[in-house]
Amino acid sequence: MAIWLDKDSKVIVQGMTGATGMKHTKLMLGDGTNVVGGVNPRKAGQKVDFDGTEVPVFGTVKEAIEATGANVSVIFVPEKFTKDAVVEAIDAEIPLAVVITEGIAVHDSASFWAYAGKKGNKTRIIGPNCPGIITPGQSNVGIIPGDITKPGRIGLVSKSGTLTYQMMYELREIGFSTAVGIGGDPIIGTTHIDALAAFEADPETDLIVMIGEIGGDAEERAADFIAKNVTKPVVGYVAGFTAPEGKTMGHAGAIVSGSSGTAQAKKEALEAAGVKVGKTPTETAKLAREILGG
Amino acid sequence: MDLFEYQARDLFAKHDVPVLAGEVIDTPEAARAATERLGGKSVVKAQVKVGGRGKAGGVKLAATADEAVARATDILGMDIKGHTVHKVMIAETAPEILEEYYVSFLLDRANRTFLSIASVEGGMEIEEVAATRPEAVAKIAIDAIDGVDEAKAREIVEAAKFPAEVADKVVNVLITLWDTFIKSDALLVEVNPLAKVASGDVIALDGKVSLDDNAEFRHDWDELHDKAAANPLEAAAKEKNLNYVKLDGEVGIIGNGAGLVMSTLDVVAYAGENHGNVKPANFLDIGGGASAQVMANGLEIILGDPDVKSVFVNVFGGITACDEVANGIVQALKLLEDRGEEVTKPLVVRLDGNNAELGRQILTDANHPLVQRVDTMDGAADKAAELAHAAK
Repeated sequence: MAIWLDKDSKVIVQGMTGATGMKHTKLMLGDGTNVVGGVNPRKAGQKVDFDGTEVPVFGTVKEAIEATGANVSVIFVPEKFTKDAVVEAIDAEIPLAVVITEGIAVHDSASFWAYAGKKGNKTRIIGPNCPGIITPGQSNVGIIPGDITKPGRIGLVSKSGTLTYQMMYELREIGFSTAVGIGGDPIIGTTHIDALAAFEADPETDLIVMIGEIGGDAEERAADFIAKNVTKPVVGYVAGFTAPEGKTMGHAGAIVSGSSGTAQAKKEALEAAGVKVGKTPTETAKLAREILGG
Repeated sequence: MDLFEYQARDLFAKHDVPVLAGEVIDTPEAARAATERLGGKSVVKAQVKVGGRGKAGGVKLAATADEAVARATDILGMDIKGHTVHKVMIAETAPEILEEYYVSFLLDRANRTFLSIASVEGGMEIEEVAATRPEAVAKIAIDAIDGVDEAKAREIVEAAKFPAEVADKVVNVLITLWDTFIKSDALLVEVNPLAKVASGDVIALDGKVSLDDNAEFRHDWDELHDKAAANPLEAAAKEKNLNYVKLDGEVGIIGNGAGLVMSTLDVVAYAGENHGNVKPANFLDIGGGASAQVMANGLEIILGDPDVKSVFVNVFGGITACDEVANGIVQALKLLEDRGEEVTKPLVVRLDGNNAELGRQILTDANHPLVQRVDTMDGAADKAAELAHAAK
């Protein structure tokens, strides 16, 4: 088992025919992902060949779902059009929409998040500005490299893409049930807490690694949730101890403003909730290994 | 991007938020004409993106045009909390102020929506009011799609207990301020103080606006950028589309991915504790692809920073395999040398992930005298810190 994504997931790609969409659809197919269609109103009816696998292009998400039974959409459309793409996915009531696109205006994210709420939250949104979600050996949706780890017993939730890869690689000998990158934007769909709750309920996850970074108070709220609801061991890492106040560190959401959003405060909150927090990614991996090795 | 007060004032005026007249100048002499245009008296206000300028002497009243020139002379060039004053606003003097309020709209990350904050106790920092008298601060969630209509504005006015005689005027301010917030893709629009003056009018006397850089594609914000304040290295990096932040240490950092680079800064700072307290000199994320060209551009910026004593290139090969990245580094060094740039600072390179062995072999074979390979992130950070300390 895993969370949110498995071998039976049927995936469509919004923006498949663009350069990024083409590149990653090919990689996803290579990792065994069941990609059943692409969406592009201007290329509806065409088929795209990926090394012998023909993937049909549909005009809308709704048509794609009707024709293929798709239950996951991954979104690669450019940032100017992302809001409309997410709204279309919500209208089609697809259960999971993974928004890879980075650089989305926060008013657009706020707007599609409010829209999802008004439509009854039938669509789980992961992202935006995230690497996606992978259940190793079963399905890979997004841009996470599929071959740096193997199936295993660790659940991973992270704000950062490359730190996700780093951690998956460091712990590759143990492997992962599911790894999900939730993105580092100020407004995101799926949160640390959503992933923690899902991993807690997943019988095949024995330990959870949680990676956070400066900005906002998501890690503090996650710590509170862990203290109250998570019985499985959680190992944490927080990036950005040396980040100066008022400077955005790459991710739009990674900014310390005043005394709020500091890495120190997040580390302390997690430790108070019983989470073992590593000083470096390598040390964090070691903590996880020690717990699972015992 | 945070705006100056005068830019916020102009933006408010454009969206019909009531403001006083004012114009920005950057020479003392220009204060004369500007003050004359205002009827012979003005307030000279330092334009800095930091609070507390009043206490620092950055806001002065001028009763005549001559006095305005003298005050502008005093204030231009002044240092306020590390910010040099390059511009002053010559503003209309406020009519007698009877009361000072506070209103703002901002992004509420925790609730993934927008928020209105309002208080009848304005004039000071709202954090201060919230800490000492939380009951005086009203916070009302705003739905991102429904926005602020008259009913919502009245709800805010009632929640914050604005006096009945100003209610309609504050409602108008809230509606126009919301218009400013939405149409400008703002992360924050704040009016403090919102003043009730003797005439009974309600006017935005000072404002703060922060805009969402990700939304720049649908706006024309060229003129809003503060080119004078930008660090020259940051400006050069921006021109090359590099995600770079200058810091004050000695170890230059290049990495791929925002989280990994942030983490690299931390690991270098820890390592520095054992090596004369050297610290990271910058944040530089060259992104996923890391082509030779991008790597060369990044190296050029880092090597051009006189504070940098050693460089740590920390790359995790994900989709892009390490052999491609290693070739990128070798080509980047060659590219710089071909351009006539002298590469004299030691580089510590750590490659891990996809095809790490191949990538490391490429670096070993290239045998560049300044490049050292260390295969773990913690070990490489330690080596880079050691080299920076030795060169200090």
